[in-house]
Amino acid sequence: MGRFWSLLFLSFPILGTAIFVWSAMGWYPLEGYWFPELVVADDSIDHLFYVILWMTGFVFIGTGIAMFWFLWKYDGKTYTGPVWYSHGSHLLEIIWSVIPAVIILFLAIYQMDAWAGARMRRPMLENGQPKPPIARVTGRQFEWKIQYPGDDKQFDTPDDLYTTNELHVPRDEEVVLEITSEDVLHSFFLPNFREKQDVVPGMKQYIWFKPVKDGKYDIVCAELCGWGHYKMKGQITVESSSDYRAWLKKAYDEQELSEYSLAEAE
Amino acid sequence: MSSITADGQASHAHTSSEFGVGEFLSTYVFSRDHKVIGIQFLFSTLLWFLVGGLLAIGIRWQLAWPWSDMPVIGPMLFSAEGGQISPEFYTMLFTMHATVMTFLVIIPILAGAFGNYLIPLMIGADDMAFPTLNMLSYWVMWPAFFFFGGSFFVAGNGASSGWTSYPPLSSMPEAAPGSGLAQTMWLIALTCVGISSMMGSVNYMTTIIQMRAPGMTMMRLPMTIWGMFITALLQAFALPVLTAAGFMQLTDRLFGTGFFVPEGLIVNNSEMAAGGGQPLLWQHLFWFYSHPAVYIMILPAMGMVSDILSCFARKPLFGYKPMVYAICGIAGLGFIVWGHHMFVSGMNPGLGMTFMVATMMIALPSAVKTFNWLGTIYGGKIQFTTPMLFALSFVLMFVIGGLSGIFMAATPVDIFIHDTYFIVAHFHYVLFGGTAMAVFGAIYFWFPKMFGRMMNEPLGKIHFLLTFIFMNGTFFTMHILGAVGFPRRLADPYHYETFRHLLPMNQFMTICAILMVASQIFFIVNFFYSIFFGPKAGRNPWHANGLEWQAPSPPGHGNFDFQPIVYRGPYEYGSPEVDEDYYPQTQPPNERGDTDEPATMVDH
Ligand code: HEM
Ligand SMILES: [Cu+2]
Ligand SMILES: [Cu+2]
Repeated sequence: MGRFWSLLFLSFPILGTAIFVWSAMGWYPLEGYWFPELVVADDSIDHLFYVILWMTGFVFIGTGIAMFWFLWKYDGKTYTGPVWYSHGSHLLEIIWSVIPAVIILFLAIYQMDAWAGARMRRPMLENGQPKPPIARVTGRQFEWKIQYPGDDKQFDTPDDLYTTNELHVPRDEEVVLEITSEDVLHSFFLPNFREKQDVVPGMKQYIWFKPVKDGKYDIVCAELCGWGHYKMKGQITVESSSDYRAWLKKAYDEQELSEYSLAEAE
Repeated sequence: MSSITADGQASHAHTSSEFGVGEFLSTYVFSRDHKVIGIQFLFSTLLWFLVGGLLAIGIRWQLAWPWSDMPVIGPMLFSAEGGQISPEFYTMLFTMHATVMTFLVIIPILAGAFGNYLIPLMIGADDMAFPTLNMLSYWVMWPAFFFFGGSFFVAGNGASSGWTSYPPLSSMPEAAPGSGLAQTMWLIALTCVGISSMMGSVNYMTTIIQMRAPGMTMMRLPMTIWGMFITALLQAFALPVLTAAGFMQLTDRLFGTGFFVPEGLIVNNSEMAAGGGQPLLWQHLFWFYSHPAVYIMILPAMGMVSDILSCFARKPLFGYKPMVYAICGIAGLGFIVWGHHMFVSGMNPGLGMTFMVATMMIALPSAVKTFNWLGTIYGGKIQFTTPMLFALSFVLMFVIGGLSGIFMAATPVDIFIHDTYFIVAHFHYVLFGGTAMAVFGAIYFWFPKMFGRMMNEPLGKIHFLLTFIFMNGTFFTMHILGAVGFPRRLADPYHYETFRHLLPMNQFMTICAILMVASQIFFIVNFFYSIFFGPKAGRNPWHANGLEWQAPSPPGHGNFDFQPIVYRGPYEYGSPEVDEDYYPQTQPPNERGDTDEPATMVDH
């Protein structure tokens, strides 16, 4: 039976690797079983993922094959040689501590730049001031409230534009968003933008990205926020800056109109 | 539990006729004997394992066939909705599944069941240092069983703010169904589990430090004991933090304090009175315990696997000392990496970098352990017994779980995969593929000691094969879902266009999960059949070296019928000094100790 079990353990790294390759290549029937389409300029997260995937994949296959080979060869039923009576080896111990340590240290340093880009280097204006947010996104059970500052670029003034679950951003520009919550924790997740940030009541946070592809994409809530968590769905639209400005204007006019009609009804 | 007779060693060799009710209670129910307590923990946790497994099927059902009637079970459980799972119920399902599995299964089965049973036996003591405290540590689990179990039946059907219980959701009954009374009961139960673990941990530390047999130096302890010892240390230092945090959350809920709720929240259209707190504070406190807790859930398993591997490779454990240092390293680093659960929580990004580097370092001792396990089977004479198969699969599964940890430790990558199924894949590889597989292996391995009988090998192998296949079918595919960004904890992920096409893979996983749970029937049948009818086991059926194998099977009250004296470490298999391929720790040098009964052969 030793042969059978060794092969069973071998089949695991083989099948595992096959599934990853199959999905990453998008072969039938696993089309779409990999990253959703990337629509921002910064691909450093995908890149890092692949670097780590290559590295860990190598280790995974290596250990899998080593284990298979030892089981196959040293099956007590068939192996007749003497047992290697050894309590360990200093040299080996040093080799297999130092090599992973170097690789891990490399990784740790290598990814710092991507992290800083995503979370610490907020886009700047020409005058050296941090770029102001294009909109404020507020999570609440169970919707995304969106607020555009209007022409005066100030939030909470009369010319603000309010929408629900509908966020528009201009293409090819660094977009900064202010996000916050008015009740529980939510998480602002844009799968196609590789962007995610928990939304914390009592805190103001800023995220930024540079969309490069037109289209409509999901805004997902990724932090459990109650029974309706699953239906907290918004939509982000990327469009050319002229379309974006046209949309802003149209939406603003509609809002004015509905405010007037509201006043009349009263 | 088979009765303790024979061998004349039992200190209370009563016949059943003079066995009164009081005696029965003090021997089997309120016993102070560590072995009885261990077995009590074993039975209770296995029962909860079943409950946790069924809750998991509920989760999987919803993800594969959302909003459809659940056959058979559906109408029984939630007839109101016509047998469908409601979103409220779904939230409760994953909250309680995770809670039950962590706090009522994995932690107590390792520390409570195996820790209790094995520690005194393996170090050559006659019992724990504080037997009464030990008994209490089991009985304070009962309020926990009661409160967790009872919370299913109060308004809201069980706590529903996730096993991490993040405020403000968990602090405010207004915020969600199931964060009312059920959540309060959840917190009380958690406190009871904490008290129990604390009692256990004090006992284990004292016992291991104080009660070792002559000659049993720290560097001759079996790895199982090292795992248990470091786990006890982790518990002693980390648990008070969780308990205090739990109390703070309780007062937030009951007395309107505001530790974790910020100013001016509007929930369900009413403004909250309390405020001035910080939701992130809870996350820091929670993970300060719960990150070390994930090691509490694996270190003892690593120890048991080391013992099993060495025994069935018939070869010394490769690199005993590095293995010990690796455990200590994992535990030490375990205290400074909790922040890796909070990379996208709103915590200062500079801190994120610190936690990232520390987390990466944990991969090191983990790698050292893996290489040492491979070194252990290299050049051996491997016996493919059921415990060995489970131990081997532990190594392979742990490699996956450890490697996926590196993806998440990389902060930028974690932005994308945090709270997706990639995380779910990671911790199921470590906790099911790893710990649970080790636990099965340990049950098959120590069963003859516990019950004096062998388990059936062919049935055990079928159980292993099916569990291994379906477990991987269920969890491996989760990595792929994670790559798409499929979020965890959504009652209906197909609500979003991005994830709509993932339904077939979810159905595949659900079928695997159901089959995995069903495969446990082979285990249950084998377990109960063997307790009563399995072939009698001798003292040392596996020809192992540990002290526990020198005691009778099952050991009587007081464990040993002789004073064990330890001459060497526990891994002297294949030693050239003796003719046999094992060299028990108690056997004086170069002189064959007479085993008082012939070892029964086992079918390998
Ligand atoms: C030694 C055994 C391990 C166990 C038992 C374990 C267990 C877990 C569990 C249960 C979670 C999920 C908690 C939750 O959110 O519900 C988790 C998350 C995590 N683990 Fe592990 N883990 C282990 C090893 C590792 C290693 C070696 C690494 C890093 C190299 C690692 C890195 C992480 C990270 C970064 C997260 C957080 C991911 C996120 O929430 O985005 N783990 N682990
Ligand atoms: Cu939400
Ligand atoms: Cu952790």
